[in-house]
Amino acid sequence: MNKTINNRAWFLVVPVVALVAFNALIPLMTVVNYSVQETFGDNTFFWSGVTWFEKLLRDPRFHGALGRQLFFTGIILLIEVPLGVAIALTMPKKGPWVSVCLVLMALPLLIPWNVVGAMWNIMALPDIGLLGHTLNALGFDYNYTRQPVSAWVTLIAMDVWHWTSLVVLLSYAGLVSIPEAYYQAAKIDGARPWAVFRYIQLPKMKRVLTIAILLRFMDSFMIYTEPSVLTGGGPGNSTTLLSIDLVKTALGQFDLGPAAATSLVYFLIVLLVSWVFYTLMMRNEAQ
Amino acid sequence: MRTAKWLVPTLYILFLMLPIYWLLSMSFKSTNEILGGFTLWPRDFTLANYTKIFTDSVWYNGYINSITYVTLNTVISVLAALPAAYAFSRYRFLGDKHLFFWLLTNRMAPPAVFALPFLQLYSAVGLFDTHIAVALAHTLFNIPLAVWILEGFMSSVPKELDETAYVDGYPFWKFFIKIFLPTIAAGIGVACFFCFMFSWVELLLAKTLTSVAAKPIAATMTRTASSSGYELGLLAAAGSLTLIPGAIVIYFVRNYIARGFALGRV
Repeated sequence: MNKTINNRAWFLVVPVVALVAFNALIPLMTVVNYSVQETFGDNTFFWSGVTWFEKLLRDPRFHGALGRQLFFTGIILLIEVPLGVAIALTMPKKGPWVSVCLVLMALPLLIPWNVVGAMWNIMALPDIGLLGHTLNALGFDYNYTRQPVSAWVTLIAMDVWHWTSLVVLLSYAGLVSIPEAYYQAAKIDGARPWAVFRYIQLPKMKRVLTIAILLRFMDSFMIYTEPSVLTGGGPGNSTTLLSIDLVKTALGQFDLGPAAATSLVYFLIVLLVSWVFYTLMMRNEAQ
Repeated sequence: MRTAKWLVPTLYILFLMLPIYWLLSMSFKSTNEILGGFTLWPRDFTLANYTKIFTDSVWYNGYINSITYVTLNTVISVLAALPAAYAFSRYRFLGDKHLFFWLLTNRMAPPAVFALPFLQLYSAVGLFDTHIAVALAHTLFNIPLAVWILEGFMSSVPKELDETAYVDGYPFWKFFIKIFLPTIAAGIGVACFFCFMFSWVELLLAKTLTSVAAKPIAATMTRTASSSGYELGLLAAAGSLTLIPGAIVIYFVRNYIARGFALGRV
């Protein structure tokens, strides 16, 4: 759409800018402030420059949390995106089952995050939970409070359960927007299902898939509540993701300087990756 | 191959329903039964867990608090986002692209980063432990989202609509409220749904900004689970009740859900 150039449009944006600035700029400046100061807990602060950042970048604890975070995000993207596309492709296109599928699939997305954690927690209990009991009865040695591997499997299963529907809904929205004529043309040409997917469905889904990957990247990178309820970062530190580590430092130990430095580095990583996706998305949209 | 197509979504939905079934079945069991051993369905069916929630003010106030701040947040976010989305969709102005991206960056801010500064900020302005504090804090990620969704829906309305209205002599606000808003009603519904959803499911900020008077149900659950032993049945019943508002709003927007998740961009 060709837009009119009109700087008075700023008046329409003022309420949003005021609200978000209050919520974003003031806290962000507080974080920046803490990240360059040292305190002994008596409300007196000293300038400390970039010491916290230097320490942070050499801190094995931070490396560990960041590594686990990247691993987690990578794994869930690898599972959820192909799985979501596959489910969207096999969903009915019209008829009464469409609504049933959509409503049931969207349900996990509207459950408060700590309830999601609690649900999986009671389902995975090794002796009395449905999942834990079944796995142990089948002969697997499964206990998510003791073994890091079990904890990771539960964590990933929980996220796949919670968020794959987002990818499904987005891909589905992209798929139903393809005109029937495209499929008819493919049929006349005798295209195989793979060719239909590769040259008709996938290009049409590109835009929504970029949004899906962007949202899944952001949200999985920021995940806090579900793992903290499910495993609390344990056993040991094996499932301590970045945000869990950060909340432990900031609200648990009140180490303001290190916590603020971690916050900023954390935010910058999310911002950088999201910016890349956003640019890609806008380029798609411009086409 | 063709005939087995329904199998994939069916299996997926079964997988989705399992933990929900387990939560519901737990909520009808007594604590003794739960801790006694593995049972696939409630043997001695009880409503005691639900009775406890509906008669104890700590519990049901949690629900009232959550619904209050979620509703407040939805109203504030959508009202503020409407004119802004219109501006982004119809006009070019100084710094518009930067502003749009800056708004989106707030959707990317990890709540864990903002928890502590928010606590200090809202304590400083005297709003700590009020519904409005949580509602305002949640606008951090809901306003960008609402602007994004509404902008998508608005951009699919042809500009000729606006121009015709102006030619007919409608002043801007009259056109906006009487003609434009009804045209994008579906988009507003979807935006409300998303604001509701993200405010309803968020806990870290809501928990950090409240102590007693505005404590969300989800936080009540966490506290009860850890302090008064492990009352799994009660926890499950409270959890089951949190599914209801979500299920209701999904039902209302079911035809627009897919488009909404694509942020109005399909």
